[in-house]
Amino acid sequence: MPTREEVYEKVKDTLIDALSLDDDEVTPEATLVGDLGAESIDFLDIVFRLEKNFDVKIPRGELFPENLASADSGYVADGKVTEEGVAMMREKMPHADIDAFADDPKVENIQDLFTVEMVVKFVESKLG
Amino acid sequence: MRWFWIDRFVEFESGVRAKAVKNVTMAEDHLHDHYPGFPVMPGSLMLEGMAQTGGILLGEKNAFEHIVILAKVPKITYHRWVRPGDQLIYTATLLDARDEGGSTEVTAHVREHDGTESLAAECEIVFVHLDDNDPAMGHVDQKNFVFESGLLDVMDVSS
Repeated sequence: MPTREEVYEKVKDTLIDALSLDDDEVTPEATLVGDLGAESIDFLDIVFRLEKNFDVKIPRGELFPENLASADSGYVADGKVTEEGVAMMREKMPHADIDAFADDPKVENIQDLFTVEMVVKFVESKLG
Repeated sequence: MRWFWIDRFVEFESGVRAKAVKNVTMAEDHLHDHYPGFPVMPGSLMLEGMAQTGGILLGEKNAFEHIVILAKVPKITYHRWVRPGDQLIYTATLLDARDEGGSTEVTAHVREHDGTESLAAECEIVFVHLDDNDPAMGHVDQKNFVFESGLLDVMDVSS
């Protein structure tokens, strides 16, 4: 079982390849979309590379759930994710920092859940 | 102009590897503009040929059930000019195939006069699947595209 540091370094390399980044752009706190410029299609590329680099299987929607809290999901009211929605996210994304999100559960904040740290935690859970 | 950027498949191993050829000729109008006096096969059209080779390899694995869309080219490198009279050989290898899409590695080689092949370009291409019932897609039918556009002739590797 690799250490967290080893996992982090490999995740970092994966993101550098997938998003054509410079070495110093990747930090644990960096958000994939806001800070690292990932677009939706990059998520699939990242999943492919993680599977290959870590020799794990990542089922569809497990790392990056699709249509989280979309308008017709029933989990959104006034531009915010409802309490039930937050509970659903806790269940679906145990690797993400939902506590921080729950303080200000605006729909547009969902993408900030996708951080480098979140990917590292997810990979660790897969390896463990 | 019809959007076929491969002439024929020469090898096709379902779900694994596909090899297609494209002959570059002065009969192609665009070569007279790209560039006047110095015709070279545009890199973008080589990429399209590589994407058609890889995209059909991925599509065939799923019996053309999905609409296969080029989504991303994580990397591409061009190594040499490709001129009229050259034959391009595109070789696609399927790296990944799953519900959401797939990724391929594709090379383009040119056959030299002495029969050896030299590398002209290499790339990685990521494809996504869209479903026929996706409202954003209208009514695109991948099967119709493949079977009614004449693409099947391109796929005949038996001859």
